[in-house]
Amino acid sequence: MAKPLEEVMRHPVHTVVTPEKRFWLLDYLSTVDHKKIGQMYVLVGVFYLIVGGLQALLMRVQLFSPDNHFVSYQLFNQLFTMHGTNMIFFAAMPLIFGLMNLIVPLQIGARDVAFPFMNAVSLWFTFVGALLVNISWFFGDAPSAGWFAYAPIGLNQFSPGHGMDFFIIGLQIAGFGSLMGAINFIATILNMRAPGMTLLRMPLFTWTSLVASGLILFAFPPLTVGLFLYMFDRLFGSHFFDAAMGGNPVLWAHLFWIFGHPEVYIVVLPAFGMISEVVATFSRKRLFGYTSMVFATVLIGFIGFMVWIHHMFTVGFGAMANSIFAIATMLIGIPTGIKVFNWLFTMWGGQIRFKTPMMFALGFLPTFVLGGITGVMLSAAPADYQYHDSYFVVAHFHYVLIGGVLFGFFAGLYYWFPKVTGRLMHEGLGHLNFWFMFIGFHLTFFPMHLAGLYGMPRRVPTYNAGVGLEIWNQLSTIGAFVMAVSIVLFAVNVAYAFIRGKKAGNDPWDARTLEWTIPSPVPEYNFAQRPLVRGLDPLWMAKEEGKATVPPAEPLGPIHMPSNSYLPLVMAVGLFIAGLAVIYHRLFFTVLGLEILALAMLYHSLNDDEGYHVLPEEQPLAKGEGA
Amino acid sequence: MESQQTLVNATDRMQLGIETSTLEGRNKVLGFWVFLGGECALFASLFAIYLTLHGQTLHGPTAKELFNLPLIGLATLFLLTSSLTGVLGINAMHRGNRRSLLRWLGVTVLLGLAFLAVQVIEFITYAHEGFGFSTSPFSCAFYALVGFHGGHVAFGVMWISTLMLQLKKEGITARKAPKVFIASLYWHFVDVVWVFIFTVVYLMGIMGV
Repeated sequence: MAKPLEEVMRHPVHTVVTPEKRFWLLDYLSTVDHKKIGQMYVLVGVFYLIVGGLQALLMRVQLFSPDNHFVSYQLFNQLFTMHGTNMIFFAAMPLIFGLMNLIVPLQIGARDVAFPFMNAVSLWFTFVGALLVNISWFFGDAPSAGWFAYAPIGLNQFSPGHGMDFFIIGLQIAGFGSLMGAINFIATILNMRAPGMTLLRMPLFTWTSLVASGLILFAFPPLTVGLFLYMFDRLFGSHFFDAAMGGNPVLWAHLFWIFGHPEVYIVVLPAFGMISEVVATFSRKRLFGYTSMVFATVLIGFIGFMVWIHHMFTVGFGAMANSIFAIATMLIGIPTGIKVFNWLFTMWGGQIRFKTPMMFALGFLPTFVLGGITGVMLSAAPADYQYHDSYFVVAHFHYVLIGGVLFGFFAGLYYWFPKVTGRLMHEGLGHLNFWFMFIGFHLTFFPMHLAGLYGMPRRVPTYNAGVGLEIWNQLSTIGAFVMAVSIVLFAVNVAYAFIRGKKAGNDPWDARTLEWTIPSPVPEYNFAQRPLVRGLDPLWMAKEEGKATVPPAEPLGPIHMPSNSYLPLVMAVGLFIAGLAVIYHRLFFTVLGLEILALAMLYHSLNDDEGYHVLPEEQPLAKGEGA
Repeated sequence: MESQQTLVNATDRMQLGIETSTLEGRNKVLGFWVFLGGECALFASLFAIYLTLHGQTLHGPTAKELFNLPLIGLATLFLLTSSLTGVLGINAMHRGNRRSLLRWLGVTVLLGLAFLAVQVIEFITYAHEGFGFSTSPFSCAFYALVGFHGGHVAFGVMWISTLMLQLKKEGITARKAPKVFIASLYWHFVDVVWVFIFTVVYLMGIMGV
């Protein structure tokens, strides 16, 4: 038996301080635990998914019939702007960070992320950034220049209210959070893997998270710069993007899409990772072509930075520039195709079990491939002149972002829900959820291809009767409501799981990776003993050798944990105050907010967190499984 | 004598890796290198903007009329020298010599402040010559790029100063060493950016490229 106090003495840097028990809400507000932070990220993501979804429903109602006046045209502009902004920045991003937080440390056998405190800062920055953009509704006007906010339409002349200011400042703050999150996960994945977990033994979700974090690292700074300049233009009278004063509006479009295109891969790569985990687990087979999957992921991330001009083919850069970017765009089809075939070959000859996560993965495959095919169509620059700014494009990117990202997320959410909560969801309801979503999705977005080919432009609040657009728009609106039902079914299923759900146990899916070797829900220290990894899919290896679990790499001992802190929340509140004040040119409150932020940073820097130790006697898991 | 020498070498080596002697320290150093990667993308964007807009001078002064190379040379001298003193500070940390470390960090901070003072003088002169922030797209891009860099220097000065307070109180520990080390990484990075600004903005500006 380990002698806890002697063990503690061997860690002279740390002292033993038992944390006080807190009320659950205060615990969450001050937590630095990656699992709780991950849960809050997922909650934020689901909340804005619903907000963005409701905004989409309002637009679909408006477009149900020609010459409709359900919403005003200005409100329609605000709706599509906020729909896009919410879905990308405040639904998809928090969902990927949520699942990365919940799962990546478990998959690599780590006890926490590299920077637990900064992790909480990331969460709260994202939270207040989203809040700032969305409260613009209550301050008179929401942004209405589209989620890409092209200049000059988003500049003062054409967007005179404060809506765009909320958009710029809110995205800036949330962007800082994303950047810190990316740095955190790169350091975590490279530095904190369990003994034996070489890079090419990492699960695919961890790999895709690593590559997505790398993309965030290099894609967000151009957006940061662009938003700063936008802020200067709108609030401080500069002329970066104002053509009348010699500025260059295309510069903003470049900065935005240098960020914006990698952003698509930032959200879709982790979804690919989730699909890979789910397909391998529910086919009871090692992932086919693991190494080629890793290389395809890296390649997609790399080429993803060289294609942004395909959003700007019609700007008129000439045939040479358009051709280069068209070819680069088509190249991305190759690694993506490798992935699709690897998923198919993983299923080939496997023992497929049609559980809910697998249903979403199976729905993902054909849907995403359709989005990929229209993507290759759009990448041909001459053809793009025809498709550009039509509903065909809307159909394409929703096939990628819903068919790829959302289906992937739902596969991941259903797959890891038992690990996070300790409860199983209802399979029947899950299948119903899947079918409503799958059918509703195709009913909504397949007709949009046709509406676009028949000439319906994007972002218009209405259309004329008698030009053949009614039927496609009506089908889309019906489909949108079917999708809404599927989200309600998901909510019912979550409620069911908490009220009546069966206990999950360590490994409800007969899975392959490290996160399934520990109890559900996961104890705060994750692993009582860090595992020893001897290959890909360590849990499956152990099962094949007839062992219950992966062998430990260390004896039982005290586990060092970081302490809770309210400072991340305080920093975010400071930044929120400063952001709101700068929009209204209140110098005093801007300085006050920034001072709160700076003082919190200073306090954190001057006061090192001693943390506390969880001793072996307090580890319920350790008692049962002592080495 | 010889055995004493080996002993000194052994402690030297222990100190040499002090910033990466704990997992926390290794995380900090790696995470900070990663952050500097992101900073490269940030400054690359600002340089791209400057190169796009620096010809748009409207009715305001041009780079050729404006820049005062001796003054900029002085600022460059201050900042490049401060990188050297930063290295000497880290060297002192590796030798475990707190007094020397504090002294070199102090010199680094002073040189950083001197650089900032020159920059403030420069900006005030420009403002008097009718080259304000919103005079022309050229002025906007100039102040954005050079101002972002100056902001980085100012943050570095404050950061290293607070670290000096901590070092004075607690000495060179496995906790503090990574902080000092990454602050020095930051300082070198800011210095390297200045080399590019000096070349792209000032030298090319004077030559009218």
